[in-house]
Amino acid sequence: MVGIVLVSHAPKIAEGTLELIKQMTGEKVLIETAAGTCDNRLGTDPVLIGEKIRKADTGDGVIVIVDLGSSIMSTEVAIESLEEPARSRAAIADAPFIEGAIAAAMEASFGKGLQDVKNAAENTRGMKKIA
Amino acid sequence: MATDAAGLVKILEKVAEKISENREFLTELDSAIGDADHGINMSKGFSAVVEKLHSQKIDDCGAILKTVGMTLVSTVGGASGPLYGTAFMKAGQAVAGKSSLDFQDFVTILEQALEGIKYRGKAQRGEKTIVDSLEPAVDILKDEKDSGDKGLVMEKALNAAKEGVEYTRSIIAKKGRASYLGERSIGHQDPGATSCYLMLQAAIEKIKEMSVNGL
Repeated sequence: MVGIVLVSHAPKIAEGTLELIKQMTGEKVLIETAAGTCDNRLGTDPVLIGEKIRKADTGDGVIVIVDLGSSIMSTEVAIESLEEPARSRAAIADAPFIEGAIAAAMEASFGKGLQDVKNAAENTRGMKKIA
Repeated sequence: MATDAAGLVKILEKVAEKISENREFLTELDSAIGDADHGINMSKGFSAVVEKLHSQKIDDCGAILKTVGMTLVSTVGGASGPLYGTAFMKAGQAVAGKSSLDFQDFVTILEQALEGIKYRGKAQRGEKTIVDSLEPAVDILKDEKDSGDKGLVMEKALNAAKEGVEYTRSIIAKKGRASYLGERSIGHQDPGATSCYLMLQAAIEKIKEMSVNGL
């Protein structure tokens, strides 16, 4: 099953989003959070992100959901420093954080592949909240 | 003659010192248009760099720069970590295996640093970023690298970087947290362009002070 890593500047954002997701998918999907710096500041840490990607990868790859700015660059650095084959089966979804994370987790819980999970997250872009 | 690995470490120590002296200033600039952590993040990163460089003796200048990059990546916490980290790592690759550096290497290092920053940040000139101070300096160094008076070339490059910092006051931020401010970012100088200028200033001051022959 595709794993998911939630990368945020704030641990509370990542943990809160994880709680929301678990209401829907329970323990079915392997989801890790990588949020904040190693000395508990708001920010992102490529080393931590890399560890969490490795942890979430059971062989089917990992989709990373990112919040703002440095979370994207830190994740890129983390992915570039992974060994193969983990490296080519880790990808960032260009998606809103909460909606993208929920969509990705649902899709992964259906046993879908890496590209489908990524697409599901990215399809939440521009989703209308008010009909 | 040129500078050896020990000289390079001295230059990097001076850069770290400059960042630490300007910790409050950089954070103040960042609090106007960003998330008020640039000075804190950079000085955390560079104190870790100095600690790391003192804990081991490396003779390969490329490996030294790579160590700086990797340390920044893992300790900074904000966008400047992956940006400056990639810059130093890319510069390190370009001079890998060298036990000494000359002026041409100095130019190559900054050229590669700029490429690394543009690659990582996907930024162009005019977007209120590090590129706005670094690129004008690199342009001058590249154009005038064969000039006889290297000291003068470095002065001109530093001036160009300073003008680049000033220029960031007049433009709208297109990258990072500051981009959420839109037009309201005008009038404020970019913290990243500023820290890059300060780093260049420290490096050039130190190079001159060491009055390395050939540089």
